[in-house]
Formats: sequence, C-alpha cells, structure tokens
Amino acid sequence: MADIPLLRDISSLEQIPSENLKQGQVNDNVGIKQYTINKDKMKKSLQAQAHNLSDTQVQLELLNKEKKDGADFPKFHRKLEGIGLFPLKPTQLDIFQVNMGKMCNQVCKHCHVDAGPDRKEIMTRDTMELCLAALAKSDIRTVDLTGGAPEMNPNFRWFVEEITALGRQVIVRCNLTIILANPKYHDLPEFFKKHKVEVVSSLPHFSAKRTDAQRGDGVFEKSIKALQLLNKVGYAQPDSDLKLNLVYNPSGAFLPSSQESMELEFKRRLKEDYTIDFNTLFAITNIPISRFLDYLVISGNYESYMQKLIDAFNPAAAMGVMCRNTISIGWDGYLFDCDFNQMLDLKLPDSVGQHIRDFDRDKLLKRDILLNQHCYGCTAGAGSSCGGETT
Amino acid sequence: MSKHYYDADDLAKFGQISEFQPKLGKKFFDYYGSVFEAGALSEREKALIALAVAHAVQCPYCIDAYTSGSLEKGADEEQMMEAVHVAAAIKGGAALVHGVQMMNKAKDMTM
Ligand code: SF4
Ligand code: SF4
Repeated sequence: MADIPLLRDISSLEQIPSENLKQGQVNDNVGIKQYTINKDKMKKSLQAQAHNLSDTQVQLELLNKEKKDGADFPKFHRKLEGIGLFPLKPTQLDIFQVNMGKMCNQVCKHCHVDAGPDRKEIMTRDTMELCLAALAKSDIRTVDLTGGAPEMNPNFRWFVEEITALGRQVIVRCNLTIILANPKYHDLPEFFKKHKVEVVSSLPHFSAKRTDAQRGDGVFEKSIKALQLLNKVGYAQPDSDLKLNLVYNPSGAFLPSSQESMELEFKRRLKEDYTIDFNTLFAITNIPISRFLDYLVISGNYESYMQKLIDAFNPAAAMGVMCRNTISIGWDGYLFDCDFNQMLDLKLPDSVGQHIRDFDRDKLLKRDILLNQHCYGCTAGAGSSCGGETT
Repeated sequence: MSKHYYDADDLAKFGQISEFQPKLGKKFFDYYGSVFEAGALSEREKALIALAVAHAVQCPYCIDAYTSGSLEKGADEEQMMEAVHVAAAIKGGAALVHGVQMMNKAKDMTM
C-alpha cells in the first residue's frame, strides 16, 4: 500500500519534471538520489535510464543501510552463524546455470537481471566452448539456461545441441512471449521437443491483469498462446516425458504462499479457461535487487518488504539454498554462486578461479559462498530457488 | 498512549495481547492458526472470507492483514472486490430485511 504523497516529498523531487510524477508513488527517503517512475521509462532497463540502481555498488549500499529509524536490519551472515551455517559451503555441484545474456524482448518490472531489448551483453560462442569444455570434464547432469531471453542469443540452438550431445539435461528458462515474437522463433517448441529440453516459464498469475502489470501489456495473452503451442507438441501431456514447469512470483511487495495450493489453483484455472496443462508450479520469492529493488523503493515498500523477509527466515530453507548445489556462469564467462550474486557482480575469489576457463570442481566445492542482505529472499518461508520452494 | 485510537504498527503487536492473559491468548492464537489452515476450504477462500468479514466489522487491522493475505494466497483484485461486495450486500440486505419488521409494526399501528 503506497502512502499518500506528502507535499514535502513531492518538493524534494524538484529535478524531475512534474509530468513524470505518478500520483501515489513517493520515494522512500533512502538517502540516495531521488527518483520516480513514468511509463516510458519502464520500457527501458535501469542501465539505459542511467539509473543509479544500475550500479551494483549502490544496490549493495542500499541493502546495507540502516533503517529510517536508525536501527540496522540484522545481517544475513549473522543469522546463518546463529544456526551453525556460516561460512556457507556448497554440498554438491548438480546444476550448471548459464546466463546467456541480458538481451530480452520483455522489460518486466521485477526483473533481477535488468534485462531488455536495449541490453546488448550476450555470451559469445568462444565462452560457450569454454562452458562445454568445463562440462565435459565434470559429472554435472543439469544445465540450466537463462538470460535475458536465452533464445535470442544467435548461438543458442548450437549450444543446446552441444550440451545434449554431452548427454546432459538442458533446462531453458523461456519467457514464452519469445516464441511468438518473430517467425524465426515459431519452431522453438519443436526444437525443445527434439532435444528433450525441460521448459521453465514465468506466469505470475492466471489473470491477465496481474500478469501484464508485472511483465508488460499483452504478455498474458501471448504467454497463453505459447503454452498452448508447447502442449500441442507434447509438453506436459499424459504419457509424455516433456516437462513444462511454471514459475509463480508475486506481482508486488508480498511473499508467495504455499506452492502446493497455488499449483492446484493454477492448474484448475488454466485448464478450465484455456485448456492448458503443465507439470509443476515453482513459487519464487522476488529478491530485493535490481528492478525489483527499484520498485520497492519507489513504492515505499522497501523497509517493510525486507522486514517481511527477515521475519520469515526459515533455517530449513537456509539449509537448502540453491547456491549450495549450483554454479552460475555470467555472459562474459565469470563464475558466481548464483544468478543474483551475478547481477550484484559478487565474483568468486581469485583463489577459487574466477572464470569458466579456470573451472575446477574441487576448488568450487570448498569455496565460501558470498552472502549479503539480498540472501534473505532465499530463506523466507518455505524458501525460494530457481526450482521453487526448498523445504 | 498515542493521540490516535488506531496505529498501523499495532497490527504487528497483536500477539502481545497474551502478555496480560497468556492462557487465553495462547488458546485464541492456536485456534486462530487452525482456522486458517487449508481444510474443506482452501487458504485462499478463507482469506477472502476474512477480507469480506473485515469489511463488515470495519476493522482496519483486519482489512490490512487480509488484503495482504488474499494477495499472498493468490487472489486477484477482482475476487477481492467481489468479496467486499458480498459483505456490502449482506450488510445492506440485513438493514433492509428489517424493513419488513418496520412494515409489520406500521401496519399494526395504523388504520
Ligand atoms: S524477467 Fe525474464 S522475461 Fe522479464 S525482462 Fe527479465 S529476463 Fe526478460
Ligand atoms: S542469493 Fe544467492 S548466495 Fe544468497 S542465499 Fe540465495 S542463492 Fe545463496
């Protein structure tokens, strides 16, 4: 619930032309440059807006700043210390998650990658070769391709073919609308089917209004069409081993609730209204970084959201955080504990090997995972990972 | 004591009612917790009922809590407003149906 703006809040935004101010949205007085939103700006990445939150250092400072009343949020690593989990160590290496680039056909408001059509950073074929070499000498079974829209990378199909040829399972984080974005993507369902790719797709809600509010106008309709196309080639059909999983994440400053009950409701609604089938719903908590952090600040929800995450800290979820079995590779080949740390540019230390060309499984398994305040997003309630709840 | 009867921060202090009477407080919160667990009704349906009742009893704390609660359980704005209309219809209906009582009495008293 946004506060009604007070006159003094508006006057403190003097550098912003008044027509850009949206009623009901005030800054949270976080002590960094004031900002607000207008609709056109939302179609660009933070980077293209030269927004101060596109600077990862500014994000980390904000996350570590004291509250308005002067008190500090408890530090995440202290919470882990309290349950004997600090320093946090990996348990195994099961998932090789590759971020193929920040380029995307969408500009979702909550995007932690700050992706969009204006982002040009994508993985080169050389870096993909290095990933394949690392995979070939490891026993990691699952390769999780994300972005941006990974399909927009011109070497995407080649990469999927090569990974499959190594006998590894590919998961693609497909935003659905890409399938309809251009005729050259129309055959993606067939391509996915051919390589038995597991498709994981975001659908924040079974209502158009809530989905479009988060992901952009018209996204819901296109997503529904894309899901129907995936069903048509055999995804999530009885007797088919083609998996189609959906991701639910709240479109606002609240936490997701029970994955199981949401799944029932999604299944019922999507089947009744659109004859769509899917396998599993992953409920994912929005992590307070990048564009979601920006949303929290401008809507005045930042402190209460952090407090909600902290209050919902669950030791069992902390045991199962995804960085304990995942390694994340950035578009430029650098290694990270997870996709969130990647977006905050929290690189692994030199001693572990910072780049995919230095890939060393044993060293990676002994590393200390880099933690910060955003990690509370992974340990709230039933936990949250790229595969949904962790408890 | 602040100068206001209602303070949004008090919602988070609800649990503190047990300080003055722990035994009954505990019984109430145990019961409360059980009521909102999924049963024959889903958690989302219960949150929407709570939202409607919150409007009927016009409790700002409950409206705050069950607006968040309904969203968290996956309800959307349309469902939430329909729940509020259910409360309004029952409240309005409850007032109006007493009109029959008024009519009965009026008929008794008039020629
Ligand atoms: S959330 Fe996904 S689909 Fe949306 S802008 Fe980010 S990368 Fe693209
Ligand atoms: S944000 Fe990344 S490093 Fe932190 S707990 Fe989550 S997965 Fe681990």
